[in-house]
Amino acid sequence: MSFLNLHMYGLTAPLVGAMLLYAAGRLGSRITLPIVFGSLSISLAASVLVFAEVLHVGPFSYTVGNWEPPYGIELVVDHLGALMILLISSVSLAAALSSSRSVAADLHERRRPFFTLYLILIAGLYGLALTGDAFNLYVLLEITSITTYGLIALGRGRAALSSFNYIVMGSIGACFYLLGIGYLYILTGTLNMADLHRIIPLLDGRGAALATAFAFLMVGLWIKMAFFPLHVWLPNAYTDMPDGAAVLIAPLMTKVTIFLMIRVMFSIFSPVYEFIQHMGVQQTIVGVAAVGIVCASAMALGQRDLRRMLAYIIIAEVGYMVGGLWLANAKGMTGAILHIVNDALMTLCLFLAAAAIAHRCGGMEFDRLQGLTRRMPLTMAAFIVGALSMIGVPPTCGFFSKWYLLLGGIEAGQWLYVGALIFSSLVNAVLFFRIIEIAFFPAAAAGDHGGGPQTVREAPQAMLQPLLVSAAALIGVGLATGPIVERVVRFALPVGF
Amino acid sequence: METSFWPLAAVLISLLGAIPIVLSDRRPNLREAWTVLIALGKFAIVASLLPSVLEGGGCRFTLAEVVPGVPIALRVDAMGMYFALVASFLWFCTSVYSIGYMRALNEHDQTRYFASFAVAISATLGVAFSENLLTLYLFYEMLSLSTYPLVTHKQDAEARSAGRKYLTYLLGSSVALTLPAMILIYTMTGTLDFTVGGILAGKADASTASILLVLLVFGFAKAAVMPLHGWLPAAMVAPTPVSSFLHGVAVVKVGVFSILRIVFFVFGTGLLADLNLGAVLTALASVTIIGASLVALTQDNLKRRLAYSTIGQLSYMILGAGMLTEAGMTGGLLHLSMHAFGKITLFLCAGAIYVAAHKSNISEMDGLGRRMPVTYAAFFLASLSIIGMPPLGGFLSKWSMVVGAIDGGRLVLVAVILVSSLLNAAYFFPIVYRGFFARDAEDGGEGGIREAPVLCLIPLGVSALFCLVLFLWPTLALQLIQRVVSP
Repeated sequence: MSFLNLHMYGLTAPLVGAMLLYAAGRLGSRITLPIVFGSLSISLAASVLVFAEVLHVGPFSYTVGNWEPPYGIELVVDHLGALMILLISSVSLAAALSSSRSVAADLHERRRPFFTLYLILIAGLYGLALTGDAFNLYVLLEITSITTYGLIALGRGRAALSSFNYIVMGSIGACFYLLGIGYLYILTGTLNMADLHRIIPLLDGRGAALATAFAFLMVGLWIKMAFFPLHVWLPNAYTDMPDGAAVLIAPLMTKVTIFLMIRVMFSIFSPVYEFIQHMGVQQTIVGVAAVGIVCASAMALGQRDLRRMLAYIIIAEVGYMVGGLWLANAKGMTGAILHIVNDALMTLCLFLAAAAIAHRCGGMEFDRLQGLTRRMPLTMAAFIVGALSMIGVPPTCGFFSKWYLLLGGIEAGQWLYVGALIFSSLVNAVLFFRIIEIAFFPAAAAGDHGGGPQTVREAPQAMLQPLLVSAAALIGVGLATGPIVERVVRFALPVGF
Repeated sequence: METSFWPLAAVLISLLGAIPIVLSDRRPNLREAWTVLIALGKFAIVASLLPSVLEGGGCRFTLAEVVPGVPIALRVDAMGMYFALVASFLWFCTSVYSIGYMRALNEHDQTRYFASFAVAISATLGVAFSENLLTLYLFYEMLSLSTYPLVTHKQDAEARSAGRKYLTYLLGSSVALTLPAMILIYTMTGTLDFTVGGILAGKADASTASILLVLLVFGFAKAAVMPLHGWLPAAMVAPTPVSSFLHGVAVVKVGVFSILRIVFFVFGTGLLADLNLGAVLTALASVTIIGASLVALTQDNLKRRLAYSTIGQLSYMILGAGMLTEAGMTGGLLHLSMHAFGKITLFLCAGAIYVAAHKSNISEMDGLGRRMPVTYAAFFLASLSIIGMPPLGGFLSKWSMVVGAIDGGRLVLVAVILVSSLLNAAYFFPIVYRGFFARDAEDGGEGGIREAPVLCLIPLGVSALFCLVLFLWPTLALQLIQRVVSP
């Protein structure tokens, strides 16, 4: 039965790595990277095995230290959780490869604290994907948030201010979530998700208190995931953080929070509670999601900096997923869950490309990108694949999740949402082809100032390889959509869908 | 229908062929050898699949199961085979021509040019062999994207704005119109397979079907139905081989082919006839035919005049299909190949004139025919074919369409075809007349023969000759079309 412990190795490897890294002190600067890659590789290997296990045998749960629930801490490894840990560990390993180069260039002597926070963040995300306990979820959510604040603050320029903004907003979100959990604990006397799920339908006559708890939980998570209009902290935070942190945080943080929303909606509460007992809510949330998609896409149009533009696109994509989940049909939910994976991969690809460009060009303002297709052909090729996935061109994976989301939108008759998705695809096409055009045409005769792209070369191998792998993954995952839906996502839908 | 690897091979050979082309960047002769080799291989594979299609067989290949009921899959049937034969044959001609053209002009970035070309032809064959609408959409988008570097090859301000227009029209329409239409069809029918007789029959009422039809006709903006035609004249900033092959044959015909695919295999002619939706197609097409021919009269730049001529001729194919009579549909499909051979010849001639005399405006071409007799003879033959005069291929297709219009009792359409043919003559004959008979503006006398390089002349001669050959032996084309029109 040692197989059942594998996920614990995956969870503790980065945590132990972080402790070793910090304990080694200044002596450890030479072993920093071996520790990082070693622990993340263990984590990835464990995730792959756990994922295979779940596919063959089915979901299982695990009690940490044999303390039985509802008092002990329970970890639940179901299809969705296994998919998430696989996603988290593979994305973080790819990101770490690229980070190792950009951190060496940007942060110099602060490399050790950077990677310490980095590993703790990954352990936190990994734990979030596995936990079966609502309060544990809060603790892990705060672990990831606090490490993120620290990583952002290591950035340049106004990073400290952006981080402070995020701390304020993030803490408000955490308060809401904690209050929600408090309400639930008072109502039910338990914090175990399975227990909550069992007891909540029995709570007759406590509708108002329960609804408050649910609303608090949702608002708390929405702030953390930057769901429009609670997104204002995100663009600055994501623009100012170090490149090495952005490649990890941008793909994973919002997506894992969406996953947490799924947990709250379907593992603590139930579809019956959200979609049948409170019918009007669903309409409103999908409507807000649609408005959010349109607004965030429009704001992305106004940006002149690559990473800032990507930050607004992430906000739009959050709208995709929240909207898809609240469509309340199997197709929409399939699309949303698929989009968690796909969006993580395409954000990874684009941010890796952005990091490589920043590494060579010294910045990501559009003017610096001129003539890049010639100077960094492989980086730009990967960037274009990522862009096509964002636009939704088959066979990249972005197309297929959008396909399911659109199908779900049509089935639910949510035409506003369908229109918003198509609008956002068109805006993405404009956004990315504007960049591709800038990169394709050589620098204008006037502009050879500031070092210029003349000296720019292809990105270093450590940044290029994960980038190319992620671009290939976009096409690979796209072509494998059928099996993924059939063997994983189908089991991740709540009972009755 | 048997499963076979060959349809995939036909599509992939040039896609993978782009790799050795890029790798032999520093050795132009090797690079061009690859291009020619791949073009030959491609044509050979396509031709080898022909016998089984003629026997009523064909083959298919599933690449991946992506969405329930809609795999990414290739299938070789009569209609796809017909288009693939034309495209892969003309690609071979264009490849040879490209080598002569690009070298004579000493163009920059030839590797990128040849590699993009190879990807584009892969996408074209992918469209031809698509088994369902999703696969077709995939290759359709791939074609838009792979031709962008070709359109913007010059990389100056004009190319930049043309490229922007190109992608805005093609990508914008496909995302905003085709994609929603496709998803609606999937929602209604649960499938996107191209099925003989259509998949929408009994599933869509008149209003839904007409909305879908309009969405798709404009969604496939590569067919350049007015008012979504503006990208095509703009794309003429590309090098001439690109204009000739892509914007005379591959890209624009992919648009028309896609529309005909959905007319025959998604809607089904029966449904269109029942709902009287053929009139939508013929009305849109007629406006474009007349409008584009009128605009063509006003263009002085030769390639732009040819571009507007293309816009008009493309709509002939839609017009023929929209008649929903057997003769009309046959004529529409036949025009696809007749126009392909004619228009590619005209563009190749325009390119030859540019290479040999560096002229691109018709007003500067006085007397040029006496110096470039071979080019002008080919131009004359091809323009006769487009106008629809015997003994050239274009006559057969227009004749068949006129018969189809009379069969359907639509005399207005007969008038449209006749008026347009007159307009075609009005914008083609002056070019030829000025070439041979007008006084030479430059030196007033005979400058001797100064033709384009022989690698340019042979392909345009061959394609001009085929305009004649297709009039005399249209059997193969008609056999394939027969299988589409009355299966």
